[in-house]
Order: sequence, then structure tokens, then C-alpha cells
Amino acid sequence: MTPPAAEAFASESLLVTKGLSVSFDGFKAVDNLSFSVDSGEIRALIGPNGAGKTTLLDLISGKTAPTTGSVMFKNREITHLREYEIVRSGVGRKFQTPSVYESLTVFENFEMAFPDNRSCWSAWRFRRSDEVVAKVEQIAELTYLKDRLRDRAEILSHGEKQWLEIGALLIQNPELLMLDEPVAGMSPHEREATGELLLEIAKNRAVLVVEHDMDFVKNVAHVVTVLHQGRVLAEGSMDEIQRNPKVIEVYLGH
Amino acid sequence: MSGVLQSVRPSSLRPSLRHLTTVVFEGQRRRENLYFVVLAVVLLGLFPLALDNFHLNLIGKYLTYAFVSLGLVLCWGYGGILSLGQGVFFGLGGYCMAMFLKLEASDPASTSIQSTPGIPDFMDWNQLTSLPAIWVPFKSLFCTLIAIPLVPGLLALALGAAMFRRRVGGVYFAIITQALASILSILIIGRQGYTGGVNGITDLRTLLGWDIRSDSAKTILYYVNALLLLGAVALSFSILRSKLGRLLLAVRDREERVLFTGYDVAAIKTFVFVLAAVYSAIGGAMFTLQVGFMSPSFVGIVPSIEMVISAAVGGRGSLFGAIYGTLIVNAAKTFFSEGFPELWLFVIGALFIAVVMIFPNGLAGMDYARAARTVLGWFSKLGKMRDGGSGRPVVAVVAPVVPSQPRIKVEGQ
Amino acid sequence: MNISAAIWAMQAFNGLSTFCVLLLMALGLAIVFGQMGVINMAHGEFLTIGAYTTYLLSQVSERWLPALANWYFFVAIALAFVLAGALGLVVEHFMIRKLYKRPLDTLLATWGLSLIMQQAFRSTFGAREVSAKLPDWLMGSLKPTPTIDIPINGLVVMGLTTILTAGVLFALFYTRFGIDVRATMQNRAMASAVGINTARIDRLAFGLGCGLAGVAGAAFTTIGSTGPTSGSLYIVDTFLVVVFGGAQSLFGTIASAFTIAQTQATTEFFMTGSMAKVLTLSLVILILMARPQGLFALKVRR
Repeated sequence: MTPPAAEAFASESLLVTKGLSVSFDGFKAVDNLSFSVDSGEIRALIGPNGAGKTTLLDLISGKTAPTTGSVMFKNREITHLREYEIVRSGVGRKFQTPSVYESLTVFENFEMAFPDNRSCWSAWRFRRSDEVVAKVEQIAELTYLKDRLRDRAEILSHGEKQWLEIGALLIQNPELLMLDEPVAGMSPHEREATGELLLEIAKNRAVLVVEHDMDFVKNVAHVVTVLHQGRVLAEGSMDEIQRNPKVIEVYLGH
Repeated sequence: MSGVLQSVRPSSLRPSLRHLTTVVFEGQRRRENLYFVVLAVVLLGLFPLALDNFHLNLIGKYLTYAFVSLGLVLCWGYGGILSLGQGVFFGLGGYCMAMFLKLEASDPASTSIQSTPGIPDFMDWNQLTSLPAIWVPFKSLFCTLIAIPLVPGLLALALGAAMFRRRVGGVYFAIITQALASILSILIIGRQGYTGGVNGITDLRTLLGWDIRSDSAKTILYYVNALLLLGAVALSFSILRSKLGRLLLAVRDREERVLFTGYDVAAIKTFVFVLAAVYSAIGGAMFTLQVGFMSPSFVGIVPSIEMVISAAVGGRGSLFGAIYGTLIVNAAKTFFSEGFPELWLFVIGALFIAVVMIFPNGLAGMDYARAARTVLGWFSKLGKMRDGGSGRPVVAVVAPVVPSQPRIKVEGQ
Repeated sequence: MNISAAIWAMQAFNGLSTFCVLLLMALGLAIVFGQMGVINMAHGEFLTIGAYTTYLLSQVSERWLPALANWYFFVAIALAFVLAGALGLVVEHFMIRKLYKRPLDTLLATWGLSLIMQQAFRSTFGAREVSAKLPDWLMGSLKPTPTIDIPINGLVVMGLTTILTAGVLFALFYTRFGIDVRATMQNRAMASAVGINTARIDRLAFGLGCGLAGVAGAAFTTIGSTGPTSGSLYIVDTFLVVVFGGAQSLFGTIASAFTIAQTQATTEFFMTGSMAKVLTLSLVILILMARPQGLFALKVRR
């Protein structure tokens, strides 16, 4: 089982990775990476292209299997779990490009994410209940989509699709929400709204966000982790990070 | 806003939202119900009244293939899984039925001239002296009726679970199912003593003493078959209209999103693959009953892929289209193989190419208005060429817009 | 030399022959399917074109150019490549080109093409199988010991396989064309952005794959007769060879052809040919269930 030291360490944080590595055909995309995220915190992952940010999300969500190392979520090893089991244990993930069901309405998109009736049989028997409708409305209100419930997802704007995907994740009430570039391609107004949304939803969960927009990161993140060549280069508040000579070297240097 | 996450508020929107659907519009739902009634009238009323026994039996034979097409619509059109091995399941269902009927036809009295009476004739020819163990359960009709869906279903379950769990899909799955069809037909042909070899299991006569070769029996079997098919269509609609149906589409178009929403995508795919296999098996069993024999020529690669083309011609996204497509393709096959056998391969080959390149949604999903405009466009071009490009518009037509099935998105487009 | 050693040697030779047949078939497909991802179900019919070309040429040389009778075979190989390749270019232009993004539909369309081609062969050459008249030097056999008998045509097929495989490897890894092909297959947008005419590369690669099938067909006339459906008999095996090897790896294709051929040849020693084939195919499918990416596959971020 887990060594006592790791347990003591893990019990403080929601998500802990230890010595996580993965290599693709010799190239180490994530290299011996250890870090942790606490509940109620908004953590930003930044770093130059190829730093391993998306790969790290892949490893946590089970999309990619690590070569070595462990991912502990709620003190439980999840590296061997299948993708949907990790989701059901409370990890939600949004992809880089908005991934919604275009042929369905906004309402149906939310409904599909409702964390019940997941087996084939119960999905077949599923009937729309008041509970589902109420939950969908509540999430739609939160994600600024209340007036669009009847519209097909394909006619939403890019930003609205991002919100739709975030909302679909929120319906499942995950304890860890991972967002890959949520504000990319959004208007300044939408960015601001998304920032407010993140602050609101982080109240009772952890949010791990990969983002290139530094103003956005500065506004929302409690702690920033800088990745470089698959390792943690620096960690701290945005101010500390911006003064960190190593970070400046990586972003501006050579 | 802070209270929103905790409290659930009543809303004036709710009553209307409960009945809000988009994938199946209310109008479309009504239209489908109407089509269902039309299909029932055609199968149960029109065909039996209009056709003589011979042709009714022929239609009955085609309708057994329609089970396969229905399965393919669910599995391929909606689930995005192309199986080129449906003949395997059709054949397994058919062989299960044929084994029972053959044993009934091989009672010791009627096989007394054999060196081992009481076993099927082909076993005797192949020097078998006792009934092989796998044949024993098929002495009982009850076991046979269970085996018909169970054997193919379990095979599909094993294959689907292994493949989809490792996220093998698309082309690879198609090739592997094709290899499976190849294996099973080689196996059946090679193990003559156990299977009847290349001739198959022939000379089937009675079902619990009821002569299935008589005209009245054939008519009754036709009705049983038609009712089973209508039942399969109804079941398919109940699935497609449920959340499970929306999940199937979602898996086809956004597999990753479904997976990361916490659904066991492999289980969903396996389910629809097994369902398609069971449909095919029922079709196979009904085929044996109505036609009176089963042979490896319905198992291998060629019949399997012909079943795909039947579904594609009718419309891979339409249950009704698949049934009518199967009827049309097989009627054409009979027509050509009787009259112009050398043309049939050209026709079906061209059909394959046309259905992919010109009308990927099949007859059911064809945009007839656009097709008409295209054809008229060709004529007007021809006309222009003829009068030296003076450019007189030849025809102007406003074609009526034919309501059609929701567009099946062809992968990658 | 004792008998069992002789049997062993013959058995090894049989395995090698099967290996060469599979590899010849699979080489073209390794480019068309492995590299380009086009499922060409009519691949076997391109092979048949090569075989009929050889047959026709043998007839022509027998009747009008008996002086060439000993050497027509080499002309036939070249002609088989040109004819099958040219038809490949035509098919690419009218069909495949429009279907690159719909692999499953390519499968259906090329299956239709294969039916049409089969019927065309049948209408032209008849349903019966035909054999090219082989030059005398191809017909003999080597007898290194009294008990071992190695047919020369088998050796020729092996030699041809070696040359073709080496040629394909060279073309893919040491020429400008090969770099362009691999670049296009790995990242079409990027290749196009750096100035590679990807449409042209697609066309040429498909033509090359079909041409190779034609050469394989010419080689096959030395070991068997040709009928309208000869090619289609091999198509599933050939696809399995490429898939089993790990679709994108040419070395994988070679290794997989070798493994499958040896399994087939060994099991054939213990049971009937058809059961040996059932066993071999089942083993391949079982292994693919456990290791769907094939024997050799790159691990890349998906």
C-alpha cells in the first residue's frame, strides 16, 4: 500500500502527483514531475509550448498512461483506472478546442452530462425528471446560457461553447476541474465573465487551468505553476513568478 | 449567484422543457410513426395480397436480410462501427436453427439406410459414427431458441469487449470482423463432417412435426418473420429516441467527450454491436426456416459486405431506408442473376461506388431536389454545348423540398 | 543426410515461399494502406492485372516472338508494373482522391471497384484459370542432395521479393520522393505548407502501391495459375499482415509476413491446409485483441 510518508503528504491535498514521467518514442514530455493541488484553489499551469501542460492533464485524466510515477486523487491511486472511472471519481476535464455535441440542444448537452443513468440499460430507460430540469436550469444560469437552452449547440458562439462545456462538467459536480485554455478565442468581455465563473465555481472544488493569457491568469489564479521541458520550473503567486529570473529566462531568453 | 449551486429553484420554464427535444423533432416523430404504419401495411397487407406464394416467399427471404441491415443502421449509421462480419452472426443464427431441423429430419426411421442411422446424412458420408457433442443441445427446440441469439451475442460480446476497450475502431475493426467472416467460412467448409461442408445443411423438412415446406407453412412463416421485423424496428426506435440513442450519436461524433463525461464508451459500443449481432442471428434463423437450408455462402466476406451495401443503399442513417434498400438490392440481385448474370457484378460494383461518392446517405437521405437540379444542370450544359454556347437557359425548375432523415454526418466531412 | 533434416529443409523453404508471397502482396499495401491510410480492397485485382499481363505476354511471345520466349518474363514484370500503376493513377484521380477523409467509405467504394474488375476479367479471359507458359529455365529445380528438391521458380520469387523490398525501402528512406511521402502521411498540412505538392504525392504513392501489386501478380504466375478472383483470395490475409505488423511500419510488415508465413507453414505440417489457415488467422486476431497497435508501432501523443 501507500507508504506512510506519502499518505501524510497526500492527506493535505486533493490531487498529488509524484515522480510522474511519460516518454513518447524517447522524448520525455513529462519528466519526474511532482506537484499537488488543494481543494478550493485555482491553480494555473503555464509554460512555453511543449512544456508538457496538456500532457500532464492527459496523465491525470487517464488519457495517457504514465511510464512511471503516481497520481493520487483524494488519497487514492488513480493511474490504473480507466478514463470514465477517473471522471466518476470526481475529475472533470475540458479540452483545448470546445468539444460539445453540436447536433443536440444546449439543454440536451447538459442533460447528457447529468451524472446518472450511465449504463446502457438505464440510459435507455431514462426519463427527464424535474430534478434534471432544475439542475440544468441552475447550471445554465451560472454559465450565462439560460436563454439558449433550446438552441442547437452548433449555433453557439465560440465562447458560449466553452461555457457549455464547462457547464456540462459542473453538472457532474467534480471535485477537481481541469480546463485546457478556457478563454482562448474569447472576447475581452467573455474573458471577464469566464474569470468570474471560475472564481464562483472554485468555492467548493479545485480548478486546474492551463492558460496562455497572463492577464487572465493574474486575475484568477491563487497559485501559478510554471512547467518547462516536462518539469516544474517555479511555483508561487503570479507576482513571484513574474520576478523569477529562471522564468524570465525561459520565456524571453536564449 | 453564490446560492445557486446549493439551492434548486422552481422555474416557469420547466413544464415546457420537460418535453423539449431536438434530435427527434415532434414532427419527425409523428412522421416516423406514420412510416411505421406504412411499413406494417406494406409487409402485412400489400405483399401477401399482391404476390403469389413463390414471390411472397422470396420477399420473406429478403426480409431476413433486413434484420442484418437494421443492425447495421444502429451499429454503423448511429454508432459509427462498421462491421464487415455480419454474415458470421447471420450464419450462426441460421446454423443453430438448421442443426435443430436437421436432427429432426434425421430420425432413425428415415435414415435407416445409413451405416449409422439417426445422425444427419452428411455425418454418415464423412464416416462419423455418433453425434458430435456440439450437436447434442440442438435436439431440444428450447435450447435452440436460446442458442440462436446467445451464441452470436456472446461472440459479439467477446470481440466487442476486447476491441472497444482497447479503443480499436474504424478501419481496424472492419478488417478484423472481415477476417472473422473469412475464418468461419473456411472452418465450416473445412469441417465437413460436423457442418455439412460447402453444401451446408440441407433437406430440412419439419419443425416439431409441422411441414415447413408446404405453402401454408411458408405463408405463416412469412407473417412471423414480418412481425418479428416490425418488432425489431419498434425496439430500435425506442432505443434511438432514448438517451441511449443520443449517446450513440455522441459516441460516433465526439467519442472523447463522452468518455470524459464519465460514460463507459466501450460498453455502449459493445452493446450496439451485440444488438446488431442478435438481430442478424434472428434473421439467419428465419432464413433457415423459410428457405429450408443454410450454407457457408451466407457466412463469408462476400455476403457480409453485400449486407452492408444493402443498408448503405437504403440509407445508413434510416431504419426504414435500410429495409427498403435491402428489398431493392436483393430484388435487383435476383432479377440480374436470373436474366443477366454477367451484369450483376458490374451493377452491384457500380452501386457500391455510387452510394459512397454520389449519395452517401442512401435513398432515404438523398436530397432529391438537389439531385434533380444536378441532372437538369447536366442537360442544360449538354444543350449549351449543342447550340454552340449561346447560353440559353434550358429549364428552370423549382423542385419540391422532400423532407428527409436528419443528415448522417459522413466521417471527416 | 537423413530424411528428417531434408523434411526440415523443405519445410523451411515452404515457409520462406509463403513469406515471399505474403510480403510481395503486402508491400504495395504497406504503402497504400500503411502509409497513406487508404483501404484499397481492390488491391488483389491490381495483382491479377499483373498476372494476366504476364499470361498475355507469354501467349504473344509464343505465337509471334518465339525468340523472346526465354526472356519475356522480365518484360512482363516491367509491363505489369506500368499497367497496374497506370490504372492505379486513374483510380486515384477519379475515386480515391475524393475519399481521403472517409476511410470506411473508401473501403466500400474500392470493394465495388474490385467486383467490377473481377467481372471484367471474367468477361475478357473467361472464368477458367489460365497459366502463363513459363520459360524452360524457370521450370527446373536444384537438387543439392538427393532428398532435397528446391524449385527454381520459388528461388526466382524470393529473389524478386528481396529486390522489390530493398527497392521500396530505398525509395521511402533514401530519396526525395520518400521523404515527401512520409512527410505528407505524417502531417499533411505541414507538408503542404513547406511546399510539397501533397496531391501529387498521394497520386504517385497510390500508383506505386498498385504497380507493386502488379509486379507481385507477375511473380505469382510462376507458382500458380490465374483466375478472375485470384487476387481477392489473398486480400484479407494481406490486410492482416499489414495491420499485424503495425500499419505504419514497413519493417513491421516484413516481420509480420515472416511470422504469419512460418506459423502457417508449420501448422500445415500437422493439419489440413484450411485448418492451418483458420488457426493462423485466429492467432493473429487474438494477438491483435491484446495488442491492437500491431507488432511495431510508434508511441505518440494522441
